[in-house]
Amino acid sequence: MKKQIPLLITFISGLVMIIAIFIPHYPFTKMEKWFTVWFNIIAVFAFILGGGNLIRMHGNKIYKRAEGWGYSLVAIIGFVGMLTIGLLQIGVDGYFQRVDQGWTDKIYWNIIWPLASTMFALLAFFVASASYRAFRAKNVEATILLATAIIILLARTFLGAVLTDWLPDELAFLKIPELANWIMTSPNLAGQRAIMIGIALGIISTSLKIILGIERSYLGSD
Amino acid sequence: MRIIILTGFIFIIVLTFIPFVHAENIKPPAPTELRADSVTNIGWTVKIKWKSPVIANNGANTNNNTPLSPSNSIAGYEIQRTKDPNSGVWEDRRFLESRLQEFISGEYQDMSWFSDGNIYYYRMRSINKDNIAGEWSELSNPVTIDGRWFDSDKIWLLIIGIIISMSIIIYIELAKRQKKLFIRNIAALSSIEEAIGRSTEMGKPIVYVPGILDVNDVQTLSGLIILQKVSKMVAEYDTKINVPVSKSLVLTTGREMVKEAYISAGRPDAYTDDIVHYVAEEQFAYVAGINGIIVREKPATVFYMGAFFAESLILAETGNTVGAIQIAGTAMPAQLPFFIAACDYTLIGEELFAASAYLSGDPQLLGSLKGQDIGKIIAMTFILLGMVFSTLAVIFSGSDLISIVKGSSDAGFFGEIIKFLKDIFTVTTTHIKLGGM
Repeated sequence: MKKQIPLLITFISGLVMIIAIFIPHYPFTKMEKWFTVWFNIIAVFAFILGGGNLIRMHGNKIYKRAEGWGYSLVAIIGFVGMLTIGLLQIGVDGYFQRVDQGWTDKIYWNIIWPLASTMFALLAFFVASASYRAFRAKNVEATILLATAIIILLARTFLGAVLTDWLPDELAFLKIPELANWIMTSPNLAGQRAIMIGIALGIISTSLKIILGIERSYLGSD
Repeated sequence: MRIIILTGFIFIIVLTFIPFVHAENIKPPAPTELRADSVTNIGWTVKIKWKSPVIANNGANTNNNTPLSPSNSIAGYEIQRTKDPNSGVWEDRRFLESRLQEFISGEYQDMSWFSDGNIYYYRMRSINKDNIAGEWSELSNPVTIDGRWFDSDKIWLLIIGIIISMSIIIYIELAKRQKKLFIRNIAALSSIEEAIGRSTEMGKPIVYVPGILDVNDVQTLSGLIILQKVSKMVAEYDTKINVPVSKSLVLTTGREMVKEAYISAGRPDAYTDDIVHYVAEEQFAYVAGINGIIVREKPATVFYMGAFFAESLILAETGNTVGAIQIAGTAMPAQLPFFIAACDYTLIGEELFAASAYLSGDPQLLGSLKGQDIGKIIAMTFILLGMVFSTLAVIFSGSDLISIVKGSSDAGFFGEIIKFLKDIFTVTTTHIKLGGM
């Protein structure tokens, strides 16, 4: 029974959502929005579990004075602080009644956003190190990858146009910007679309298995 | 005493009337250019468009994009509809909150119950911050509902969807009887046991990242299904696994699945709730948390299975710096090159969804993979047909392919076939945009 009811709910919900795509009639036109709202309501209750887990994990670390417990203290202060400011709507304009006008907004844009941008900026260095490893000409495939990467890299700079500008019009297709354009719109796009077709079929198959109850491992233990 | 009571009474009276005096000054003007149209491919939907009145600080309607101030800006719009404007019977449709101060024009789709074939009229008015309503706008144009019950633009989507779904279901049924099915070797999945064994030998933990989307994404579900298989092996090998998550529902689902895996491996004693733990909802806070775990714990194996965005390479490169064997799987095409470059093994797109069947060896699940192959055959057939007919159309008409596909040049019989093929795979979608929402 513990598994039959969730399976029934999954089956009905899945079926209704599929039907709703083809029926442009109320209430089917509203189904996606309603289901999203219901999902969000459930997610809000689950958030209590997430927040609770975070406090318990870090609280244990502080209590046991485990290595790096100071960072856990910062995490808990940050969590409790933001939660308090958000719930009490500190600094929120009386009219708009929204947190984006208050201290939550200020903390987000002045502390969290710069920190997130810093993390994101690391990507530039990681791209360089990953490219260095990926483009080593160890075999035929890696050599083709290297050659392709050089063409694309050159084409994205002024050097690409300058280097092959002297080619006559009959050989214009060999100009680096032209080559890069061809690589991006033909082999690259074809490969991406092939992957996309596979992904779409995979999603259909997985969804069917879940809707029909063939795949039920996500329901966990009895 | 009487003087105090009298003063207090006058004070209350004054306070009571202040909002009305204030409200009189800022009564918001009505929206203009109200227009209602029946959405052609969605029979039971009316799209309403209007131009918002723009209010200057003095409350006058200037219509010159003067920035609004919070003290006199429009809080929202009230929309009503009727079948007969002379009847005086109006049906409340919606109150739209105007969240943006620079909100200039809006759009709303009425998707509620309509009577088939009836003509409807709409009207709307502005509401200000003090909940004071302005005058009603002029009536919209009359709009007739065509009352379709089936979106005819999606007929081919339905037909192809049925063919693919039926082929998957048929192969699942066939697989129940024919127990043995061939499935090609997927290196990334074959290496999972090897990677877990390596962690066990080295006495180091395994880190499993199930992506940054919630359980309503199929990729996350696939990632969790693989987590269950991995956890079972981890329990059997008696090694440690650490699963940081960014969504609360992933936390609860993941815990249930890992618990089930430990129980089925006969090691319920080794399971703790701390295996799957919550880090942060925010994308880069989550990434920083995982990177911290990887750098501190130096895991021997890291799995990335699910939906990833810009963080894919940051995570994979951090894992690489600690010398971990890394197995990734995602259906985000833009992130695949990063994982391929930085990880030892990568599940590309559909392989992520096939992992559950591959790892379990369940004939029913393997049957679904065979069904997917029918979908691939259909796709390949249409791609080949498209190539052949496009080539023939270009040869026989002398026009270029782009103008043939766009229908701007007459390519005769072959052009008609290309147009037909294009119609099959073009589904008109109507994006729902709520005015001011």
